[in-house]
Amino acid sequence: MQRFWNDPISWGHAGIYLLGAIAVLAVVILFVTYAIYFERKVIGWMQYRRGPNRVGPLGLLQSVVDVAKLLLKEDTIPAKADKKLFILAPVLAFVPSFLVLAIIPYGLKLQFADVNVGFLYYIALSGVTTIAIVIGGWASNNKYALLGGMRSAAQMISYEVPLVMSVVGLTMMTGSLNLRDIVVHQGSYFWQWNFIPQIIGFVVFVIAAVSELNRTPFDLPEAESELVAGYHVEYSGFRFAFFMLSEYIYVYAIACLATILFLGGWNPPLPQLDFIPGLIWFALKFAFIVFFLFWIRATLPRLRVDQLMGLAWKVLLPLAILNIFLTALGIELFGKGG
Amino acid sequence: MIRTEELLLNVGPQHPSTHGVFRIIVKLDGEVITEATPVMGYLHRGTEKLAENLNYTQIIPYTDRMDYVSAMTNNYVLVHAVEKLMGIEIPERAEFLRLIVMEMQRVASHLVWWGTYLLDIGALSPFLYAFNDRERILSLFNELCGARLTYNYMRVGGVKWDAPEGWIDKVKTLVKDMYGKLDEYHRLVSDNEIFLARIKGVGKYDAETAIAYGLSGANLRSTGVKWDLRKNEPYSLYDRFEFDVPVGRNGDCYDRYLVRLEELRQSLRILEQALAQFPGDGETMGKVPRVIRPPAGEIYVRIESPRGEIGCYIVSKGKAEPFRLKFRRPSFVNLQILPKLLVGENMTNLVTILGGIDIVLGEVDC
Repeated sequence: MQRFWNDPISWGHAGIYLLGAIAVLAVVILFVTYAIYFERKVIGWMQYRRGPNRVGPLGLLQSVVDVAKLLLKEDTIPAKADKKLFILAPVLAFVPSFLVLAIIPYGLKLQFADVNVGFLYYIALSGVTTIAIVIGGWASNNKYALLGGMRSAAQMISYEVPLVMSVVGLTMMTGSLNLRDIVVHQGSYFWQWNFIPQIIGFVVFVIAAVSELNRTPFDLPEAESELVAGYHVEYSGFRFAFFMLSEYIYVYAIACLATILFLGGWNPPLPQLDFIPGLIWFALKFAFIVFFLFWIRATLPRLRVDQLMGLAWKVLLPLAILNIFLTALGIELFGKGG
Repeated sequence: MIRTEELLLNVGPQHPSTHGVFRIIVKLDGEVITEATPVMGYLHRGTEKLAENLNYTQIIPYTDRMDYVSAMTNNYVLVHAVEKLMGIEIPERAEFLRLIVMEMQRVASHLVWWGTYLLDIGALSPFLYAFNDRERILSLFNELCGARLTYNYMRVGGVKWDAPEGWIDKVKTLVKDMYGKLDEYHRLVSDNEIFLARIKGVGKYDAETAIAYGLSGANLRSTGVKWDLRKNEPYSLYDRFEFDVPVGRNGDCYDRYLVRLEELRQSLRILEQALAQFPGDGETMGKVPRVIRPPAGEIYVRIESPRGEIGCYIVSKGKAEPFRLKFRRPSFVNLQILPKLLVGENMTNLVTILGGIDIVLGEVDC
């Protein structure tokens, strides 16, 4: 893969590159379609309901039909909205969400861009989506949207700090921010994976990640019971779909990241299980994280704004720093990888 | 130059958490409410005026539509007032049936409150669990009187339908199951950290304020005032049964939550006893003249609805229609304290406090 990138660009290269991009796009769109279906089913079962079961066998086509509906809907822009920004916001939310997918390694050789600051790349680009949400909230010229947008900005910026900090300890152990190196560094026994030595970091990461995704119990930006729908209250049709799409792509990205950073990526839990391909192990761990996200949505109530901020700055951040300190102490006393 | 402005926000009448068409105009400083003005009347149908042209039996369906979450108690307050004015004797079996459906209604009503309140706070699942259990009660009502929400079940002098065969046994199993469900609810929600952080100490007021604002029901009892008309001014057969009146201490949303859940348990206790003593046979309709013409005079009766004290005031001139009919609706009276509670609170607490009061818009606007 590395040599491929170093070769001079030719038409053949560009073709492979394009095909690869389209393949990832297809995989992700397929994931989003069925993640929504899966979420509705899982939550349905948890609530004594059946979930979607009308369109197609077992309701499998429900999400497809939903997307088609959104496509066919009238595209409305409120008269008092800032038209240019209103159109820009969904695009700005959506593009970085796709860009971050480039760095995710699914296997030792299955990766788009082998960036040596992979994790930083993710953080930097996902931050752009926050701006899009604020722009969307502002441009709608709606008070609920504005409140939602402001909440979202405050929340995402606050939670990015512990999110980054929680990974620092792990980086110190690995000595790299390259996502592939991080996976390789984790051994092939499950107790060698990062989530055990970095348990504090893992917990902080998961909480901060749920908050970054604006999901329950941190779904304040779109808190239905207070703000109706938050920043996308004025959006309809495909512009709304773009916001939803980017939200679910981040679910995909965060689940991948958690798998890579803490759960050993494509490594099997025991070396004896090596005959099962790494991609399947990756998918299983990934699916578990996604299920976890849906699970807590059916279980927990929502936090209040001030409590949300308090949790980020007073609990998660100190914990993340404590984790860095403990990791440093561990490396000093027992050496790397101890 | 940077300057800040107050934000005038219209919450409702179309808003998912106002539980109907209710509107609050809030002034926000950041996310803190500096002023709140409730606007009501979007569901006003003029029930009281309409009643002046209807005879007493015709008014009963209108009471169903006031507090549509608790139609049985509304039925009762009207027929009870008329019966008292005319001095009609009610057969015991009818009175038992009335009491049983009223307590079942209280359970159903509190279940709706519990589910929607948690939905307001952001938990999705309890809503569906609660409605699942409420569904059983509604199905039983459906068996009894053919309606799930607007029952039109009670009549002056008794009840319209006798219990069908096996109905009492079904209620007995329901009561037994509900005890278990109630424990499950407590395990599921009552100790949840996030839930406690959201409602403890929110929307606090003391007993004096509560009485000054005329609050009743759980809103009053959460402050520690032991006032329940079923105990203090027993009507129907409530003096025959043993039950406690749960009270809170702090008068915050958390106490209101606990009081309501405990009331559920007490209702189940009453039901248990009433079902055990239910007379095997008897009339369900007392001796009532063909046309109900209460003697000239006036009367006010009040009973304990799930939302508080519901009263009915009738002025009769000896005709088949009332000269004046007035309902004291607990939701309407309880809502008065809202602007006072909201000032200085976070926008998020708006739904917590409003939900904690437990209003039904059909009753507020009447």
